[in-house]
Amino acid sequence: MSQDDIREPSRTRPPGFSAWYFDMRDRFNRSFDGFFLWLARSFRQFIVDIGLIARFGIEGFKLFGTRPFRWNELLIHMEFIGNKSVGIIMMSGLFAGMALAYQIYLGFKIVNATSLVGPTVGMGITRELGPVLTGLIVAARAGGAMTARIGSMRVTEQIDALEVMGVNPLQYLVSPRLVAAVLVMPLLTGIFDFTAMFGCWLICIKLLGMDEAAFFDRTFLWLEPFHINEGLFKAAVFGVFFAVICTYRGFNTKGGAEGVGTATNRGVVLSMVMVIVADFFLTQMINTFYVLFGMTSWK
Amino acid sequence: MEVKTDSAISIRDLKKTFDGREFVMNGLSLELPRGKITVLIGYSGTGKSVLLKHILGLLKPTSGSIHILGQDITDMNTRELTKLRNSFGMLFQYAALFDDMSALENVIFPLKEHRRELSRAQMIETARARLKESGLDEKHYNKQPSEMSGGMRKRVGLARALALDPAILIYDEPTTGLDPVLTEMVDNLIVSTHNARKGTTSVVVSHDLYAAFRIADYVAMLDSGRVLLHGTPQDFLDSDIDLVKRFVSKGVRKELQVHTDAPEEK
Repeated sequence: MSQDDIREPSRTRPPGFSAWYFDMRDRFNRSFDGFFLWLARSFRQFIVDIGLIARFGIEGFKLFGTRPFRWNELLIHMEFIGNKSVGIIMMSGLFAGMALAYQIYLGFKIVNATSLVGPTVGMGITRELGPVLTGLIVAARAGGAMTARIGSMRVTEQIDALEVMGVNPLQYLVSPRLVAAVLVMPLLTGIFDFTAMFGCWLICIKLLGMDEAAFFDRTFLWLEPFHINEGLFKAAVFGVFFAVICTYRGFNTKGGAEGVGTATNRGVVLSMVMVIVADFFLTQMINTFYVLFGMTSWK
Repeated sequence: MEVKTDSAISIRDLKKTFDGREFVMNGLSLELPRGKITVLIGYSGTGKSVLLKHILGLLKPTSGSIHILGQDITDMNTRELTKLRNSFGMLFQYAALFDDMSALENVIFPLKEHRRELSRAQMIETARARLKESGLDEKHYNKQPSEMSGGMRKRVGLARALALDPAILIYDEPTTGLDPVLTEMVDNLIVSTHNARKGTTSVVVSHDLYAAFRIADYVAMLDSGRVLLHGTPQDFLDSDIDLVKRFVSKGVRKELQVHTDAPEEK
């Protein structure tokens, strides 16, 4: 039996089956094959993209350590990613903290454990919600701006101009942004954590009239510094992810204004998805670390 | 391989393929003489931009050699190429000014990168001199690129290209998209800059044949990754090659005036 015999469906028509049936069967087979081919190609492209983005990021970080040092650009980008995000981070943190406190209060009230609202919100915010929400907000705000800025420089030949002038565009445009994101993300997360806990305090003490001493006592009893550090570490990792992805997309923008739009869209969407996916794996890794080194995440 | 000492740029048997099958550069050889204006012309897709990228060291040839000012750049590493690129000044098609910097800051930028020994005051002084040389009015020095007209942007782009006193000036389609008045202004600017800087080699990539013939000492026409004809503008008018004749159409011929400084022979 040859290959063709295997691939081509049988033309022998059993009695009772119409030509329409065979036609539909062939079309279904082709669609089915096409779907799996598309899936395989997409997966391969995804793996290739991950490799390229990783290489781009490693090169970007390495170049930050080469002369001429870009301290001035680093400060500019820290100001852009950090200072200009403070308002939106504080606002989001405040309301996230208040919403979470109220929901947890409603749940804990059923089992008469409202004194644990403070530490529960504290752990949820510092370990998960703080870094994740900060990562998402900054990826959307600063990451999108990074892609658009570098992308528009690419399509207007400004990056070529840098290269012709003997300036490494990766070192000038990408490296300071990567380092700035890594340095600033934990600081922003710290601000988010603080304002979220302030929101929690407002709800618990000022709105629901809980005992303030019990609130602080329970919170300081259960919430440990390493919970906060865990969140800050995650935030730095999220900074790496969104900065590398967004600068990569911008750096490899093709086409005109439409290309910049597409690159920005892809950069921001992938960054946000990666922040959430990475959060899960980081949580697992950090818990494994606690177990290996005899630290427990619970007191 | 022997390289002519009077050539600023010497390209020998340059071949380039991106996919391993189709050759974008197909054995191209070209000598660009020092101190002259050479215009590269050709139909779209004949390899002008790819050739330019090879000259600038942005692309590596598949085979063949490129000598810039006597140095073979084919095997140069990034550091050596960066150093060599200081010999180049380039005016991009749409000037490619950094849009977060003023005109003056754009010209200061290459000085900040490569003339770190200069004080800030010296850099500003040099940048102002270059902007004056390229004919930009002083009142526009602090304007952002978005506030400038196409002609003004070209002047700033030229001033930036001149900032490091390059030995080779490259103009990538400098008149594309400009009206006839601005086109003439840019052409005059190219010639006056060239004349003011004796010994500078100018390479102009252009589609505008009329302008090319007005400014060129030599013209090289590319086709299918090779040089179809390299000679003086007069050689082009006298050429019997079908593609050249088609490019230099009869209507254009009547309008053409070969500028008086053009050398008689190749």
